[in-house]
Amino acid sequence: MTVPPSHAAAIEFDHVSFALNGRPLLRDLSFSVQPGETMVLLGRSGSGKTTALKLVNRLLLATTGEVRVNGQPTTAWDPIRLRRSVGYVIQDGGLFPHFTVERNIALVPRIENWPQDRVTARVHELLDTVGLSRDLAARYPSQLSGGQRQRVGVARALAADPPILILDEAFGALDPITRSEMQKEFHALQHRLRKAVIFVTHDLREALLLADRILLLEAGGVIVNLPAAEFSRSDNALVRAYVEAFAGSPQPQ
Amino acid sequence: MNFWQFMVNNRQQVFDLTLEHITLAGVATLLAALVGIPLGILITRVPKLSKAVLGGANIIQTIPSLALFGFLLPAPWIGERAGRLAILALALYALLPLIRNTYAGIQNVDPAVVEAGRAMGLTDKQLLFQVELPLASGVIVAGVRIAMVVSIGLATIAAAIGAGGLGEFIFRGLAMVNNQVILAGAIPAALLALFADFVLGRLERRLGTLPQRS
Repeated sequence: MTVPPSHAAAIEFDHVSFALNGRPLLRDLSFSVQPGETMVLLGRSGSGKTTALKLVNRLLLATTGEVRVNGQPTTAWDPIRLRRSVGYVIQDGGLFPHFTVERNIALVPRIENWPQDRVTARVHELLDTVGLSRDLAARYPSQLSGGQRQRVGVARALAADPPILILDEAFGALDPITRSEMQKEFHALQHRLRKAVIFVTHDLREALLLADRILLLEAGGVIVNLPAAEFSRSDNALVRAYVEAFAGSPQPQ
Repeated sequence: MNFWQFMVNNRQQVFDLTLEHITLAGVATLLAALVGIPLGILITRVPKLSKAVLGGANIIQTIPSLALFGFLLPAPWIGERAGRLAILALALYALLPLIRNTYAGIQNVDPAVVEAGRAMGLTDKQLLFQVELPLASGVIVAGVRIAMVVSIGLATIAAAIGAGGLGEFIFRGLAMVNNQVILAGAIPAALLALFADFVLGRLERRLGTLPQRS
């Protein structure tokens, strides 16, 4: 095992392709995410965004090329260790319906055998972080609103303080007002926590709000990879199509 | 002599046979659960085996029960004692609902929840014991319930090979053409089945329903 150089990117895709049953889903994908940076993978359904995300925590393995996390190829990581150091947030939280909020959030600390008092303190701290009342700790996911469930999902991903966060359409199941709230809060949270973040979405406005860089995917290939500030000015045809599709709808305020 | 008089006069024997009946059906269901639930888990992990295992358990169910007792008679150790033989036969019948429900219960756990668990870094074992089995427990208990009720019913036939249980009264009543005696076996057996159904049904509902919005 090689010692990762100190300047290593948190996440690095190096000419990564992925095929399932001979059908290519990702083609020659290369990008990197630095600590503290938020990379948004933007694209429509079926463009390969979620597939790319699953390569990060080794739910999938690249067919060719290499995905490196903290400088080390995911193939060289113990998958369990890797996944516990990558916080994962999915649509509607993906919470365990038979666990209380407290147990859901404490999932990784518990399996990592943290002492009980440290687990409890951490759960309380995280409930504060994501703006939830501590009174909710004993509730079950079915007893929460969609926004609350999503907050618990974020708290669970942050529980063991992983250096990397990956979010898959994390706010996609929420009503527009809650969604907008969550986006702003997440933005503020990321400003404080400085994780390396990959955020998958098909919503350009969400991408522009959260991203440091935006990578536009189409049919498994990279169309552009630009700083968020420059994205809307790109003259790439697909970017234009995206921008125009979203310009048609009024800005939420 | 009416039914109640018969029951009162023979209360000791009614009690003994009921106990024997519970033992036959209970031990058989327990054995079947010890084999069937792990087998059900196994075929969710090794899907290639699922057809063979479920098919095998299905075929056992199609064997007429009296014939199954007969087939097992020459088996060493098992065949020596009627009780052992009856328990084995009953357990074989109870396998199908246990395997099938364990399999279906785990298969029906929301795949998004399982994937979230895997992505959090749960090991296969943690995923099974903390996520899949708890979420499938209602369906698995439903399988135990079916197995138990079927075993209690089938155990009446065990008397035909001298394994005892409430079937003793039924077969004796048939031979004597005496309905009171038949009922002395049939009614307690039916009550046992209803009782088991009720208790396991409550457990199943408790495990199967997640907390609702308060």
